[in-house]
Amino acid sequence: MTPEHGNGRTLRARDPVAADHLAGAPEQAATPVPSVPAGWDRSADLTKPPATIPDPAQVEVPEDLRREIEEHMAKYPDRRSAALPALAAAQRVHGWCSPEAIAQVAAVMRVTPAYLSSVVTFYDMLNSEPVGRHYVYVCTSVSCHLRNAQALADAMKAALEPGDDINVREFECLGACDMAPMCDVDGRYIGPVDPSEAPDVIAAVREGRTPLPGRGLGDDGFHLPWEQES
Amino acid sequence: MADQTRVLLDDIDEPGLHTIEVYERLGGYQALRKALTTMEPDEIVAELQASGLRGRGGAGFSMGQKASFMPKGTMDKYLCCNADESEPGTFKDRLLMQKNPHRLIEGIVIAAVAAGANRAFIYIRGEYVLQADILNAAVAEARARGYVGANILGSGHDVDLVVHRGAGAYICGEETALLDSLEGKRGNPRLKPPFPANQGLFRGPTLINNVETLSNVPIVIAKGAEWFKQRGTEKSTGTKVVSVSGNVQRPGNYEIELGIPAREIVYGLAGGPPPGRKVKCWFPGGSSAPVLLEEDLDRPYSFESMAEAGSMLGSGAIIVVDDSVPIVSLALRVARFYRHESCGKCVPCREGTNWTVKMLERIDRGEATPMDIEILDQVQQNIMGNCLCVLGDSMAMPVRSMIAKFKDEFIAHNERAREAADRLAVGAGLSSEPVDAAA
Ligand SMILES: Cc1cc2nc3c(=O)[nH]c(=O)nc-3n(C[C@H](O)[C@H](O)[C@H](O)COP(=O)(O)O)c2cc1C
Ligand code: FES
Repeated sequence: MTPEHGNGRTLRARDPVAADHLAGAPEQAATPVPSVPAGWDRSADLTKPPATIPDPAQVEVPEDLRREIEEHMAKYPDRRSAALPALAAAQRVHGWCSPEAIAQVAAVMRVTPAYLSSVVTFYDMLNSEPVGRHYVYVCTSVSCHLRNAQALADAMKAALEPGDDINVREFECLGACDMAPMCDVDGRYIGPVDPSEAPDVIAAVREGRTPLPGRGLGDDGFHLPWEQES
Repeated sequence: MADQTRVLLDDIDEPGLHTIEVYERLGGYQALRKALTTMEPDEIVAELQASGLRGRGGAGFSMGQKASFMPKGTMDKYLCCNADESEPGTFKDRLLMQKNPHRLIEGIVIAAVAAGANRAFIYIRGEYVLQADILNAAVAEARARGYVGANILGSGHDVDLVVHRGAGAYICGEETALLDSLEGKRGNPRLKPPFPANQGLFRGPTLINNVETLSNVPIVIAKGAEWFKQRGTEKSTGTKVVSVSGNVQRPGNYEIELGIPAREIVYGLAGGPPPGRKVKCWFPGGSSAPVLLEEDLDRPYSFESMAEAGSMLGSGAIIVVDDSVPIVSLALRVARFYRHESCGKCVPCREGTNWTVKMLERIDRGEATPMDIEILDQVQQNIMGNCLCVLGDSMAMPVRSMIAKFKDEFIAHNERAREAADRLAVGAGLSSEPVDAAA
């Protein structure tokens, strides 16, 4: 059985060992263990030679992406500082930090793919699996937890439909505890959000609309319900 | 309603404050002009030291003193503005960057000149997309006017400034993890010493300060240390933007003079808990501060008074917890945060946060023995002081304080959960012997 991700896409087994492991895995392998990164129980193929810095002539990189990565590299005394912005840019193009995306960044930055993988797996906003092009981070951290955030997170997950290209996940404090319970939709903070509004938010993301117009931080006239309009 | 003392937030409601035209119209960049044309770098450092300005990012170390640790001499030196703001409960830097980015930039350039740094970075958490866009636009404006870049205002000082976006990791707010992350690596903390002032970013001397700390710098320089010191207490000078959240009626950022009673902030400004509810406990400085009780609200809100109470002012984030919240669920929620965010480099933190969560889950399910609560406390003691950074301590301190102050509730919670589980087991026919069959 091949485990499937929430959005219906099939997980890619990147090496034979993992493929075996996944093929033989019992049903519960598909159940995500909370707080454990996906792929933690997949072993590496130790017989494979390590990947070296890709030959720039062999890797095709979209022109815009190459230019963006090179611009980032130019800003720092050491080009490796561009790893985070470069990977973020590649993720925007590819939807996730796929082996292809990593190879492209590695070719432009002249670093090994392994180095970039080590970076990708450390940071919550970089996806080492194809979890969805859009994201809804629902904060369930301390202050939001005190204001019923779990119900909001559950409602968001329940509102997902098969085929949705949306990564709904619980997130730690997003620095907007005044808006609790809140969520971050593709970089736009909205809150406070009632669990009953979750289907509307998910539908908006699905249809490419702005969720809850006027209720996003930075929207014209945005203010919290208990603040006076300025 | 109690009053705020607005210094940092004085013009915060001014439309268009984030643009350089409005900021300059309100007197912006005059402090930079003053610093560059009338003061030597040493004098700037001395003024900052005299002001008593303490770091607003967590540790509360004297800003001027830290700047004075930077070695002299010509070499590449760096300034990093810590805008990672990820401590649960903290959202003040978000407001300062979004509404008044130029004051931060002005502060960064003045501090960089004082410390002899020629390159500056703002490390902003990746989730703050809006604020990073605003900062980038503001830096471009400041560069166009000659406030950032080479030979600033003809003074001969160069300060380059780059906004660097993180990608979601609380640990990158820890100063040495921030440096590794900025060098393009996983954000693992480094061994100290060497301290960043000696060997930091790209192995060069580096000054690291929080957004709010640096935003105070233009005020100190423009108005002078004496003026600055008139607000606050002797050991906690100036004002503080306090983020109040949790079970209060008006969560938000409030700027107060350091040293006013905490009750005025929690009740006067933030409206206190919902009607009919009481304060059960509160975190005075983000989720890593030991919790205090209702009666502690009468203490002055200052660095020294929070330390005296056995807690800390930290990032200045007050999280209020009302009496409807079970303490075990709060402890569990806090512990899960640190388990998720531990970078995994040091064993006591990586394993300690994990086992703390597991033991708290056991208490929550009623599966703990009385000894477990003692063990839980021991685990906390074994984390503290035994790691490269204090992320593990940041869980151990609040969890320990909850065990110390609400021990009976932990025990009662476990008992009740056990009884409920037993009843369920009988109801489902899972118990081994029906009661009357044994009789
Ligand atoms: C785990 C951890 C997380 C931290 N997160 C932040 C943060 O998000 N923002 C911040 O300014 N300081 C943070 N700090 C404190 C920094 O290490 C450092 O003390 C601070 O940036 C220094 O600036 P200041 O002197 O202006 O306060 C954190 C510390 C630790 C141990
Ligand atoms: S706890 Fe949810 S934004 Fe801070």
